[in-house]
Amino acid sequence: MIEIFLKKKLNASSGKMLLDIKTSIEPGKLVTLYGKSGAGKTSTLRILAGLLKPDFGKITVHGNVLLDSVQKVYLPSQKRKIGFVFQDYALFPNMTIFENLSFALHKKQSKKIINELIEIMEIGDLQNQKPYHLSGGQQQRVAVARALVQKPELLLLDEPLSALDEEMRNKIQKYILQVHREFNLTTILISHDLAEVLKMSDQVLVLDHGKIIQSGNPISIFSTNDRTNPFNITGEIIRLEKLESTTFLTILIGKDIAKIEVSNEENETLVLGDKIIITSPNFKPTIKKIIQGQLHLPS
Amino acid sequence: MDWEPLLLTFKLALITTIILLLVSIPLAYWLAFSKSKTKPIIETLVSMPLVLPPTVLGFYLLIAFSPANGFGKWLDEWLGLRIVFSFEGLVFASVIYSLPFMVHPIQSGFSNLSTSLLEASFMLGKSKMTTLSKVLLPNIKSSLLTGIVLTFAHTIGEFGVVLMIGGNMPGVTKVASIAIYDEVESLNYGAANSYSLVLFGLTFSILLLVYIVNGGYLKQFWK
Repeated sequence: MIEIFLKKKLNASSGKMLLDIKTSIEPGKLVTLYGKSGAGKTSTLRILAGLLKPDFGKITVHGNVLLDSVQKVYLPSQKRKIGFVFQDYALFPNMTIFENLSFALHKKQSKKIINELIEIMEIGDLQNQKPYHLSGGQQQRVAVARALVQKPELLLLDEPLSALDEEMRNKIQKYILQVHREFNLTTILISHDLAEVLKMSDQVLVLDHGKIIQSGNPISIFSTNDRTNPFNITGEIIRLEKLESTTFLTILIGKDIAKIEVSNEENETLVLGDKIIITSPNFKPTIKKIIQGQLHLPS
Repeated sequence: MDWEPLLLTFKLALITTIILLLVSIPLAYWLAFSKSKTKPIIETLVSMPLVLPPTVLGFYLLIAFSPANGFGKWLDEWLGLRIVFSFEGLVFASVIYSLPFMVHPIQSGFSNLSTSLLEASFMLGKSKMTTLSKVLLPNIKSSLLTGIVLTFAHTIGEFGVVLMIGGNMPGVTKVASIAIYDEVESLNYGAANSYSLVLFGLTFSILLLVYIVNGGYLKQFWK
């Protein structure tokens, strides 16, 4: 079990904010921190990693106390068994990919793990290259592999997928899910992307202004959970045309755009950029498969 | 031409550069990564030699280390170290005087690195020392080279501070820049010219080397 309790005053772009987090995470789960930028997601992750000190708090991972401001316990980053994947990947430019991975080894650790990770992440061809020559997706795979060399208990990923294109995103999602299972990890990742949250995570923590406003299973949080409405589509309003009695919404759903008409009375609060759920009772869809999905994992 | 002043100059520049490299790496590391409130004060002190007349520095060093005064007397009696009018004194003064020329390039090298490199190394369980030697320093090679060369060249060019604290003792403190002044005073323009030409040619070559290496011109031939 991972118990997190922390408080810290932050200077966010929108002004002063109190980060106030209290939650627990079951081992082996993949958890997403979801929320607007400036909500405190990265700070939470950095505090877990020991890269930022909270004003007050207590963090335990599987019974080990990493931080306890009452007992004055503070484990430095070096002593926490945590793998961290940085948003800018943070590969060491002076080392080749293989050297980046072997630098991560413990003093007496065998090199076997490196070959294993190279195989899983399919980066064998890149081994002797410097990070400079790699694409974003390739660097990301190396960064994930490097974070796993020391076999951490907890893997933290700071927006691992935001800088990648759709195709690479799908691929990296697959790799992350695969190592999450094979290495028996508890994984926490930050994401802005609703589809990604729904696709990958067991649990989602929705952050707003430094506080967790919702926590639980992503499907139950982001859907109306209504049996008569089994069909839920999430999207973002990208255009709003208000007429006298109705409003036309242009909605971005994944890569697709849909236009729907809603009545003004029920939807007075809608503004541009809102994330919404569309449900449709009595909806009888016909489904046709066009491309085989990529997220197939050995169960 | 008497080669002694030139040799003494290079000896002084070499020793100063080595000492400054060792001192400046931790100092620049602290300046680049610390969030301490005393940082602006330390930064100011490091940069002072850039704007302070060398004679001011030399004057205060002379006063502070004079065996006639408390601290200088203590050094002389207890450690047998006489800073004033000695080669050791020249080294000490040069280290202070050339400090910004070594610290600034290294500090900006560190600052330009993404802090996530440092943090990534910590997350991999590496100590600050390992991170410094395996990750940070290898990625700021050009800043290190700039610092080393500027310090060396700047020490060669010293005059005021050396004259104040070292005087003009042949073989001990008479470096090339002072020898030139000396020869001109005695109207030996020929000798002054010889020293000057050597210093001119040498500093030109050293700086040219830095710009060639840091400009990446050499890499065209290596690949």
